[in-house]
Amino acid sequence: MTALPTTASSKTGRPRPMAWLLRQLSRSLVQLGLVIVGLLWLTPAFGLFIGSLRPDEDNAATGWWNALTNPGSLSLDGYSALLDNSGIVDAFWNTVLISVPTTVTVVVVAALAGYAFAWLEFPGRDWIFLIVVGMLVVPIQVGLLPVAKMFGAVGLFGTIPGVVLFHVAYGLPFAVFLLRNYFAEIPREMLEAARMDGGSEWRIFLRLVLPLGRPAIASLAIFQFLWVWNDMLVSLIFADSQSQPLTVALQSEMRQFGSNIGVLAPGAFLSLIVPVAIFFAFQRHFVQGVMAGSVK
Amino acid sequence: MPATSVQAPARPAPLPGGAGPGTGDPEHSPRRRALRRRRLIALLFMLPALLLLGALVAYPILFTVGRSLFDASGTRFVGVENYAEMFRDPATLKAIRNTTIWVVVAPLLLTGLGLILAVLTEKIRWATAFKLVLFMPMAISFLAAGIIFRVVYEQDPERGVLNAVAVGVHDAFEEGASYPTARPKDSTVLAKGKDGSYTTKDKASPGNTVNLGLVGVPPKDLPKDAEPARDASAATPGGAELRGVAWVDFTLGGGGKPGQVDPKESGLPRLAVEAVDADGKVVAETTTASDGSYRFDKLAAGDYSVRLPARNFAEPYGGVEWLGPALITPAIIGAYLWIWTGFALVLIGAGLSAMPRDVIEAARIDGANEWQIFRRITVPLLAPVLVVVFVTQVINVMKVFDLVFVIAPGPVQQDANVLALQMWLVSFGGGNNQGLGSALGVLLLLLVVPAMIFNIRRFRRSQS
Repeated sequence: MTALPTTASSKTGRPRPMAWLLRQLSRSLVQLGLVIVGLLWLTPAFGLFIGSLRPDEDNAATGWWNALTNPGSLSLDGYSALLDNSGIVDAFWNTVLISVPTTVTVVVVAALAGYAFAWLEFPGRDWIFLIVVGMLVVPIQVGLLPVAKMFGAVGLFGTIPGVVLFHVAYGLPFAVFLLRNYFAEIPREMLEAARMDGGSEWRIFLRLVLPLGRPAIASLAIFQFLWVWNDMLVSLIFADSQSQPLTVALQSEMRQFGSNIGVLAPGAFLSLIVPVAIFFAFQRHFVQGVMAGSVK
Repeated sequence: MPATSVQAPARPAPLPGGAGPGTGDPEHSPRRRALRRRRLIALLFMLPALLLLGALVAYPILFTVGRSLFDASGTRFVGVENYAEMFRDPATLKAIRNTTIWVVVAPLLLTGLGLILAVLTEKIRWATAFKLVLFMPMAISFLAAGIIFRVVYEQDPERGVLNAVAVGVHDAFEEGASYPTARPKDSTVLAKGKDGSYTTKDKASPGNTVNLGLVGVPPKDLPKDAEPARDASAATPGGAELRGVAWVDFTLGGGGKPGQVDPKESGLPRLAVEAVDADGKVVAETTTASDGSYRFDKLAAGDYSVRLPARNFAEPYGGVEWLGPALITPAIIGAYLWIWTGFALVLIGAGLSAMPRDVIEAARIDGANEWQIFRRITVPLLAPVLVVVFVTQVINVMKVFDLVFVIAPGPVQQDANVLALQMWLVSFGGGNNQGLGSALGVLLLLLVVPAMIFNIRRFRRSQS
């Protein structure tokens, strides 16, 4: 703010005070407006966070903002109760057991296929890839019934591997699309040189393509992990009470007890702490991944 | 081992005399074999992806299309009956209607909001921090966001932040306190009117004091600034003045005398009081002070009765029923905007920073104002990005499920129903009609076909 008058006068020579004042005023108004918007955006999540720290009786009687004047009433009791709740803890581990294998499998399978689509020649390659592009927006709803039937026939229904397989299949079109496009940017000369030197395709893939593709793979992995971590619909159908992830456990808690903030608020925070931590740790990859995934 | 190994593996020497099957030309045989080998390698690279996509995506699409032509149990071929049923079944119709509202409203609002915020964000220094704050909800699951907004939309203004604000704003504009349970101590002094108001039975004239004793006011209804009424009740009225107090004729802990303003008894602040003449016409109105006192000065001589209008006794404003049947869809769209605005902001912001600065500078030098620049330069140049944001959101919104499932309370779930939710309800959530469920899945697929074509076209253009 203090630097602005001098820059303005040095650029225009003689600023008209009125116009300058007006510009400053509108600039401060914009700043103020955006500060308000920002606070508005933080309020809902902040409210739930405060709610997760309040005793049940308080939440039942008054809103979270009452705790701001009485911070002494806040405690971690809700969280320790949650950690004693074996159903929720198991569900948390189920979430991990679903998200991590899905992410790894999607990345590996898509990297292999992405390399083939980008650099290996075979008949019908471009047509098959167009089909994959078309599959990007296929709603998972068309797959739910038939795949549930198939899984039921082979005993995968209600198991974690079943949930993982479904996620992998419906994550693949985007993953293949993203990696193929990124791999296609690798300069042809580099690959030709490696082939001239007699590197097998497998070695070229491992030693050249994968390292060069790291940024895209990182974005894809983060996006895919988040997608699966946050999913509810797929697990609602394909997981049973033993294999259900946190989202499904929390929503059934919600069905049973209404808006029982005592369990729900700490539970919701437990479920969002991992994605938000990833968000802050890998901001750039995160944003890129989500942006690239927007074609989905 | 380095990628650029110089060591060349031994290639199989060309075997003269037809090693390759079906080749009479020895010159071609090794090349063809190499080609076949390359294809085999390519196939091996692709195989896992193709198997998964074929078995779990492509085949299910065909199966669903076929299944949608059979009845609920899947035994009888019914043709397009399920599709006709879709437009007869009231629940499905409601879902179609709501999905239409979503598709029409949400992407437009989101793109507009993202555009405005992106243009404004360009003007501030902490743009990155601002984008970060708005983008953060993208990391949160719809379930967590749903729980967050259940709390925001809570009906009770004591607990739901939005209604607390709504009530605060309402009460700031609407003067007067409300005492829904108050009633006269002595019905011989104040008589109840048909509309719920109370009027004095005895007439009074300027120069008189009329004290109005009420009971049935719980301490929580009494405003914090209420003061004892005794001093004001003892004041002498001027010649043309009619005055008095409205007070709680009840001493906490006992000891008060009915009909008398005892020392501890509180006045009733912000109560509306009217002076009514002999014809029943309101000639003056006022509101009580914090000690419950009121006064009408400059009244013409005559007989008046004093009336407490019904609005004093109305139920207090309880806020908006966000999660009721009427507002549930807009409320859920609000939560959706909270999640996705950051996405639109970042994408449009990236488009803005890639825009040629000199065009805008030139326009500014030519005397264009900010609005003209926005309208004639920024928006047209940003059009491709805006289209991408919009299309993305249309696809997204068609498939919205979790948010509706979580935010809408059980009794209003039908009012908030959308296609993806109805598909789940019909096929898994108790409906158990897989024929209709498949038809709904096919409908969803058909709805995203334009987006599919859009994606394929965009991809092909980027390749050529």
